[in-house]
Amino acid sequence: MTTVTTTQNAQAGDGGSMLLTLMKLRTFIALFAVIAFFSIFAPNFLSTANIILMSKHVALNAFLAMGMTFVIITGGIDLSVGSIVGLCGMVAGGLILYGIDLQIGYTVYFNIVEVAIITLLVGVAIGAVNGLLITKLNVAPFIATLGTLYVARGFALLSSDGQTFPNLAGNPDLGTTGFAFLGSGRIFGLPVSVWILVVVALAAAYIAKYTPIGRQIFAVGGNERAARMSGIKVDRVKMFVYMFSGFCAAIVGIIISSELMASHPATGNSFELNAIAAAVLGGTSMSGGRGTIGGTIIGAFVIGILSDGLVMMGVSSFWQMVIKGIVIIVAVVVDQAQRRLQQRVALMQLAKKD
Amino acid sequence: MAEIEEGDIILKLDDVTKVYSGIVAVKHANLALRRGAVNVLVGENGAGKSTLMRMIAGVEKPSLGRILLDGKEVEFNSPADAQKHGIGMVFQELNLFGNLSVAENIFATREITRGVRGIDHKAQVERANHFLDKLDAGISAETMVEDLPIGQQQLVEIAKAISLDTRILILDEPTSALSAAEVDILFKVIGELKAQGVAIVYISHRLEELMRIGDYITVLRDGQITGQAMVKDIDTKWIVRSMIGSDAKDFAKSIDHKLGGEAFRAEDISLPRKTGGLAVDHLSISVRAGEVLGIYGLMGAGRSEFFECVMGQHPHSTGRIFVAGKEVIERDTPARIKRGLALIPEDRQREGLVQVLSIAANLTLASLQKLTRFGFHISGQREQAAIREAINDLAIKAPNPDFDVTSMSGGNQQKVVIGKALMTNPKVLLMDEPSRGIDVGAKADVFRTMRRLAGEGLAILFSTSDLEEVMALSDRIAVMSNGKITKVIDRAEATEEMIVKAASEGHKSTREFA
Repeated sequence: MTTVTTTQNAQAGDGGSMLLTLMKLRTFIALFAVIAFFSIFAPNFLSTANIILMSKHVALNAFLAMGMTFVIITGGIDLSVGSIVGLCGMVAGGLILYGIDLQIGYTVYFNIVEVAIITLLVGVAIGAVNGLLITKLNVAPFIATLGTLYVARGFALLSSDGQTFPNLAGNPDLGTTGFAFLGSGRIFGLPVSVWILVVVALAAAYIAKYTPIGRQIFAVGGNERAARMSGIKVDRVKMFVYMFSGFCAAIVGIIISSELMASHPATGNSFELNAIAAAVLGGTSMSGGRGTIGGTIIGAFVIGILSDGLVMMGVSSFWQMVIKGIVIIVAVVVDQAQRRLQQRVALMQLAKKD
Repeated sequence: MAEIEEGDIILKLDDVTKVYSGIVAVKHANLALRRGAVNVLVGENGAGKSTLMRMIAGVEKPSLGRILLDGKEVEFNSPADAQKHGIGMVFQELNLFGNLSVAENIFATREITRGVRGIDHKAQVERANHFLDKLDAGISAETMVEDLPIGQQQLVEIAKAISLDTRILILDEPTSALSAAEVDILFKVIGELKAQGVAIVYISHRLEELMRIGDYITVLRDGQITGQAMVKDIDTKWIVRSMIGSDAKDFAKSIDHKLGGEAFRAEDISLPRKTGGLAVDHLSISVRAGEVLGIYGLMGAGRSEFFECVMGQHPHSTGRIFVAGKEVIERDTPARIKRGLALIPEDRQREGLVQVLSIAANLTLASLQKLTRFGFHISGQREQAAIREAINDLAIKAPNPDFDVTSMSGGNQQKVVIGKALMTNPKVLLMDEPSRGIDVGAKADVFRTMRRLAGEGLAILFSTSDLEEVMALSDRIAVMSNGKITKVIDRAEATEEMIVKAASEGHKSTREFA
């Protein structure tokens, strides 16, 4: 009656069919497919310069998509990231150009590191506002972040009266120079933004896999009530994911203004949709509980390469939108098919054992 | 036992069997429902009553066997199908739309329309009021259902079933949320329907009610019919005997061990019900280390609510809780788990498991902080070791702990929930219906585990609505009814009849106050 199955030598999924394995690797397959396709049909696609350029584009979306992935895994959504990008760009630009006027005849200027830290804190703070609305005031995530989307965009426009903060080169006398490094600098030949992406992605993947908060993010999205009953501080987990999403958006805001050496208040418009698309393409389930950082990064690459490649091939931007939409839908359809197949295979294995 | 009169049979189940994935819920049942009579159905939770009725109401199809209506074989593909044949059912869990009015609920899917001019709300309200008046419900048909107390919602369900002109009306525990006065009205209506020749099927745990209203009685145990008789020929003893049977289940023998000092005490716990009244009514109880306290009660007696209060799930609850003599001041669940309290929730799927996570991740979910290094890094080694230990200790049949938790049987899922609670190293373990919905083998394992844990000095409180279980497993038995503990008794002195009687006592006292 009490036979104990030893767990080490149990074979995992030997009955899992070839099809299932293929489906599990679908994001990889999609990535290789787009790379192969464009290296044949788009001239100069595989040139180093183009690859570096593309990776810079991809990095921007990947940051947002990582933050979005955690949020979606908890069962929420963050629509405000695009606006946070815009507002944080304005904060960084404003701090470099004008500092903070203390109203007593003095103005404080910050060096670039301080500017970056303050900007990141602004992003985290907006995330915290999202989190508080959702946890303490019980506003649905969609509505709460839709609200902050407008508010943050409004503040970005107000900060400069809708104008661009131009020429963020800084003033050597004030110690505000060097902003360009984040956007255009290179370390070992790779753009700084890509290095930052690597660091943040590794940290996020580590959090997801090896820390209690990571495990709790999945638990909250999988079954919030059970998570609560297990003593997980659900509100704290939700606060964390929205703050992390705000943090990622702030990084993007800084990098974009640094690349352009200017801050424009409309920057980041509709970025949130690309971020959601990358997360979904990477296997994140909109109903919560499932998703990986690695998958999301690959998803961001697929979307980024697809749009850059199509531009290089000279495909009209109208067609690009159609193609992008189809790719997202197909990805989700395959995802659902895989889940069903997986359940069937698992049941079959169970039946064989009994 | 006297012969059963044949009566006027309207519907017959002929050798019906229903199998769910791996579990036989109903085995070769033969049941006849008689016109113009109250056909009573009793049995413990999981005996198969509801499955049987769901087949008659067209919610489920029998795996084997036939359903004969007026002597002709019929097949119901959906509840709507059964309704067309005049079969209506009031489910135990209410199926109402809280956001719609009473009239709209009663006429859902068969709205009274005026052609292209849409729904005739006035006519619907009028007709609905007519049915509600019959029930003396005092409900206006224009009220939103969500604004009604639960007892009145039940009446709306009944009004809806009556409005269908049913020939067979199935009532699944209709009185569980009704006050004494409402029960009297319901019985009056049942009497009227009976006179009109409607066949009533009445399911309830309250034996006194069955004796009062029933004509024919059928007792179910483990999916099989174990007794059929005329109510006038039998007494409650006969019912209890048929419900429990003589074949002893595989209960773990109690290990003799000394009880320790007081491990847990709850003082004056109260929880207001949303719809008024108290779900938990000034409840006090104390349990010693190594003691197993069985809390027996019917559905809605307030057992789950009491456990939830102890775990800090209800911010509005009042009262004090002590673990090992020290008061637990913290009011949130995480802190209470830290203080040594743990709960196995009643509803495994909704409150116990995170279905998308693996077996392993579910096991360690409540104790992740303990498995970390430097406070944030989950140590793979420590986690693996803890998981292996839990799987061995609880005899969890997990082919691979990394599989989804839903790939296992119900019994093994329950063991995972128990394992999760035990990993927090509790001093007091609260188990809400720990044997619900699991197979016999797993039940025996769970019971053995409970005994072992008690032997190790844990204080265990478990709730059940299974008489045999509470008699066999507890050191002491507390009976709950209507939010109150109506009896606390040592197992040695307890008899089944005492317990059954005490389980409905709480309702009597409200009757006097009402």
